[in-house]
Amino acid sequence: MGRDPNPSTLVMSLRAFPAMWRIGVAKAFAYRAEFLVWMLSTTMPLVSMALWASASENMRLGPEQLGRADFVAYFLLTLLVRMVTSSWVLWAITEDIRTGALGQYLLKPVNPLIRYLADQLAETPLRASLALPLGLVVLMLSSRQSLSGEARMWGLFFVALPGAWAVHFLSMALIGVLAFYLESALGLFYIWMGMYMLLSGYLMPLSLLPHWFQQVASVLPFRYILEVPVKIALGWPIAGGARDSAEGFAQAVRSVAVEYAYIAILITLISLVWRRGLRRYAAFGG
Amino acid sequence: MEPQPQFRRGIGRYLGLLRLQAKVSLLSAAQYRWDFLGQGVMQILWTVMSAVPLLVAYGARAKAQGAAITETELGGWGLYPAGMVFGFFCLLKAILEGGINPSLTAVVEHIRKGTLDFVLLKPADAQFLVSTAKLEPFHLIDGLFAVAILVVTVKRHAMATGTLTVAHLLPWGAAALLLLVCALLILYSIWLLVACAAFYVVRIDNLSFLLTALFDFGRWPRTVWKGAFRIAFTFVLPLVVMTSFPVDAILGQLRWRDALWAVACPLVLLVLSRKAWKRALAGYTSASS
Repeated sequence: MGRDPNPSTLVMSLRAFPAMWRIGVAKAFAYRAEFLVWMLSTTMPLVSMALWASASENMRLGPEQLGRADFVAYFLLTLLVRMVTSSWVLWAITEDIRTGALGQYLLKPVNPLIRYLADQLAETPLRASLALPLGLVVLMLSSRQSLSGEARMWGLFFVALPGAWAVHFLSMALIGVLAFYLESALGLFYIWMGMYMLLSGYLMPLSLLPHWFQQVASVLPFRYILEVPVKIALGWPIAGGARDSAEGFAQAVRSVAVEYAYIAILITLISLVWRRGLRRYAAFGG
Repeated sequence: MEPQPQFRRGIGRYLGLLRLQAKVSLLSAAQYRWDFLGQGVMQILWTVMSAVPLLVAYGARAKAQGAAITETELGGWGLYPAGMVFGFFCLLKAILEGGINPSLTAVVEHIRKGTLDFVLLKPADAQFLVSTAKLEPFHLIDGLFAVAILVVTVKRHAMATGTLTVAHLLPWGAAALLLLVCALLILYSIWLLVACAAFYVVRIDNLSFLLTALFDFGRWPRTVWKGAFRIAFTFVLPLVVMTSFPVDAILGQLRWRDALWAVACPLVLLVLSRKAWKRALAGYTSASS
């Protein structure tokens, strides 16, 4: 017998994935100039770095005793992780809803969400090609003591990084899919962005903020998009200033576990909202 | 017979045009009152959030030193002077995003759509019309908030250093105001130069996005930048001139050569950008002919 003549949407989507991915890579490469400009415009980590390097001059700040070299490493890593884990799936979805292209995608046998996943994943080669030299710069400019020296920490880093990408992608996709219900996803995005800046460690290491704030941040998904991979690369500094400790590794593993739990939660939420939202979208003649 | 309309000449006409343009923008903003308020409030929240790192940095350093936050210094600048730099930065950003950016992005649209021809047909200077074409009034709200930050930080600093007298504040305040005007002219000239680039390379929205991101570097006092960066931010992209020199004036510590550069820079840039605009227009082949 040959193939199942009526394969499910998921199976067809997965079969089409390699082709969609290849097309996505070509598209991403075509927009490389815009991507470079976006990369150069990510100045916030460097602006923060200047402030905190000045603030920690001849001093160690916070319960984790972070010194100037640590702050430099932290923000360079923040820049790196941000570049690698960003995706613009929200804009893709809202644009497609606006222009009606989503309607066309829905007619095809491939699940549009898988299509978006392929499109965003296709940016990885381009991002990696720019992240690699940046990674080397980080390694050169950071002092030995600031970065982790343990192999297991770096192994955990390469588990946490794709997880961070997934949490970011799924959060943005969820907001985009909520656009089925709300007039515009833009307001929601600004709220998300504001919370991201404060709660993900983008503006400053969370250890410098009050304890209750850190606890709130541990429950929300923002921290797992940025601070968790960055802290792992720094050897997971713990209170008292120790790096690469057993306690630190245990905390790091727990954080990565929460990160992947969030991936599962977000996938569930998206599939729920997607199905309901589609019915609503079709009802309004979309 | 209907009386012929009197056309005012010179500066009176341009002031009148400016008033008209502001009225139109405000009226259209008033139509969407809630949008106006909502966006204004969002901008304030954004400003408050971007002030958090400054406060946390001073707080953390104060804690590490075991001193009070108002006595801690970052690169030799105390909390209130750093707050003043931040206030100037926010004020300039509000004017940039409310007055300068919208108009000049409109130029790019005009060039792309070919409607620049209509602007060029009008009996007023094209550069003026194009620069005042579009205003976003909700930035008035965060502009006022930035002024509030300035008032609070200046007052607190003056009280702490015992200089809350007219004899101190008047001359330094006047100098700061002059430098603020210079800063605005610098900003305007740079944006005009970028808009001129649109005549040759039509897709420059990326470039203005990049410039807005680079402007962020002016957030902190000038001592945060060392070496090559400080030179770059003083002479190449004069952010330090725009946000730190006015505060230097208020604190009474502005050096003469800095003051000279702060006044010379906008003059040079204004002349340069006007020349660039004229040259770009001269080379502009209109959409229809």
